[in-house]
Amino acid sequence: MARELTLRDALNEAMREEMQRDDRVFLMGEEVAEYNGAYKVSRGLLDEFGPKRVVDTPIAELGFAGIGVGAAMNGLRPIIEFMTWNFAVLAFDQIVNNAAKTLSQSAGEFSCPIVFRGPTGSAGQLAQQHSQTFESWMANTPGLKVISIVDPADAKGLLKSAIRDDDPVCMMESEQMYGLKGEVPEGEYLVPIGKAAIRREGSDVTIVSFNKMMEVVKPAAEELAKEGIEAEVIDLRTIRPLDYQTLVNSLKKTNRMVVVDESWPFAGVSSEIAYAMQKYAFDYLDAPITRLNAADTSLPYAPTFVEEYLPNPEKVIRAVKEVMYINA
Amino acid sequence: MSQVIEKKTSKKDSSSEATSSNGVSFSKETYLGWYETMQRIRKFEERALMMYSQNKIRGFLHVYIGQEAIAAALTTAVTSDDPIVTAYRQHGIGICRGLSTAACMAELFGKKTGANKGKGGSMHFFSKEHNYFGGNGIVGAQIPIGTGIAYAEYYRETKNLCVTMFGDGAARQGSLHESFNMAMLWNLPVLYICENNGYAMGTSVQRTSNVVDIHMIGDAYGMKHKAVDGMDVEKTHLAIKEAADHIRDGKGPYFLEIKTYRYRGHSVSDPAKYRTKEELTKYKERDPILILEDKILDAKIASEDELKDIQDAIKTEINEAVKFAEESEYPPASDLYTDNYLQEDYPFIRD
Ligand SMILES: Cc1ncc(C[n+]2csc(CCOP(=O)(O)OP(=O)(O)O)c2C)c(N)n1
Ligand SMILES: [Mg+2]
Repeated sequence: MARELTLRDALNEAMREEMQRDDRVFLMGEEVAEYNGAYKVSRGLLDEFGPKRVVDTPIAELGFAGIGVGAAMNGLRPIIEFMTWNFAVLAFDQIVNNAAKTLSQSAGEFSCPIVFRGPTGSAGQLAQQHSQTFESWMANTPGLKVISIVDPADAKGLLKSAIRDDDPVCMMESEQMYGLKGEVPEGEYLVPIGKAAIRREGSDVTIVSFNKMMEVVKPAAEELAKEGIEAEVIDLRTIRPLDYQTLVNSLKKTNRMVVVDESWPFAGVSSEIAYAMQKYAFDYLDAPITRLNAADTSLPYAPTFVEEYLPNPEKVIRAVKEVMYINA
Repeated sequence: MSQVIEKKTSKKDSSSEATSSNGVSFSKETYLGWYETMQRIRKFEERALMMYSQNKIRGFLHVYIGQEAIAAALTTAVTSDDPIVTAYRQHGIGICRGLSTAACMAELFGKKTGANKGKGGSMHFFSKEHNYFGGNGIVGAQIPIGTGIAYAEYYRETKNLCVTMFGDGAARQGSLHESFNMAMLWNLPVLYICENNGYAMGTSVQRTSNVVDIHMIGDAYGMKHKAVDGMDVEKTHLAIKEAADHIRDGKGPYFLEIKTYRYRGHSVSDPAKYRTKEELTKYKERDPILILEDKILDAKIASEDELKDIQDAIKTEINEAVKFAEESEYPPASDLYTDNYLQEDYPFIRD
């Protein structure tokens, strides 16, 4: 049975079910317990599981991320929540130098089954330090898996898979989309890591996106349909390992692709996709792949900057017309 | 916007610090200057909250209400040549440094006439002119930065010290410990001020460490330290002054814990259910502005009318600040590409 849940509650349900299923799983982070989460993702978990398994930390990201790594190496399955991924920057040492490398540097003696999770991306006028995306940062690192979602059912199914996964997983959510609703299956529901989802079938152009940019692509695709352009819309869901096959298959059908990615353009997810597609689907391309990213700048506070900086449906439509050689 | 009362320098004040029989330790101008600074910050913050509820201000808004005595004391206890750096709860510090309320309000509105051209918003005012190295949004990030600002003063062999401010929550970041250690090792002119307002978001100090007397952390590094009541501007001034003298005498870094309280939630979105009404009431009875007002009136330093004149002037000033912010323009979208690099023809990716 599926019912409507918000993204926030779907994530909550995933953690709750996994904590019921496996007593090695615990949640640690700032304000996760008594405050029920800065964005209420962990609501009720302290009441159900107690303070040993739902742990409030001081503001000490490097420290508690490292405590997570050590606990994972020593048989537990931590979920480390960052209030936002912007603050995970303080913990990169533990994520990149340690979680990602434990298996390799111990030659398989130790693994690090841990989930680092929290919201990524801009969330209105929060200015430079609070508006960044981290998919390409983390996905650049061998040893890590990276998930970035917005759909509530995916959130549940992928977080459950991430918690069960034996490798370290970075899970990226969206502060602005925690209230987004969707049908979510009850009980056991797993979405495999590494599989993209086709959200809309189409034959004219493929639009690839993930996280809250999916909510920008959706109305753009509807608008394009009114003009007779049928877009195939793919939600990556997992960034690393990337589901190249689904993208190639779609390109074989549509011959054109636009990647919509809130990250900065340089060396980002969009560049990786464009590279892989020209390599593996060159003969099927009728136009160069185009991408739509955040601006190649920091994001300042004023509303005019936010508008200019982010992709929006109009920009998506323009990009689609560009790859279709339609003069707007 | 002109100051109602001319700001006094700390040097003049020190001559009047001997307590007279009625407990009046400072000049009338000093008391009224403190009063004015505190009123200016309080009224600015109250209006900012109102403007937020009208959607004129967006994003995060962390107000300073309850903590104003610290900003007021900084206007007299250190010099305007001493750099200051702090966290995101920073409107009061920017204002006490001399940024105009009009420029600050316009910044909150995201207007191009703002203190930082609408680029920083509530968390990030900066002003080289006022030796204000800004509000930082990453908890604890400014602790090493303030130490580095002090390093530059030491390097240039100036008489200045860097006031490095942070919250009780920030005191648990590793950056504090690394900074304290190096500051002591190199004997840097840095004054660390922990504004202990009891909470880091929803987490009380007691829930973040066994060391609840935060200033005691200084002991681990052999750093001189002290705690002071931050609701009392006179005591706060004296404590900061003593610390500053210690540092200027070349005796090394100093850690001052100023015990204060924030009346509002952490930010506008926080209902602050983690504390009791009684606790809030208890602190409001010790309101820093009320304490000072009582002192001024009881000791007959100034009359009620004189205080009223200051209040009226502040009211007019804040009204004008809001009007200025309202009537100013948003920065043009194209300015997104300014202030990223100093190189003028930097080749941005624009595809
Ligand atoms: C590194 C980092 N972690 C978490 C946050 C989110 N955050 C913002 S303010 C805050 C609480 C800080 O409390 P405190 O230092 O006591 O300052 P106060 O708000 O009381 O002035 C937290 C957790 C952040 N901005 N940066
Ligand atoms: Mg605090």
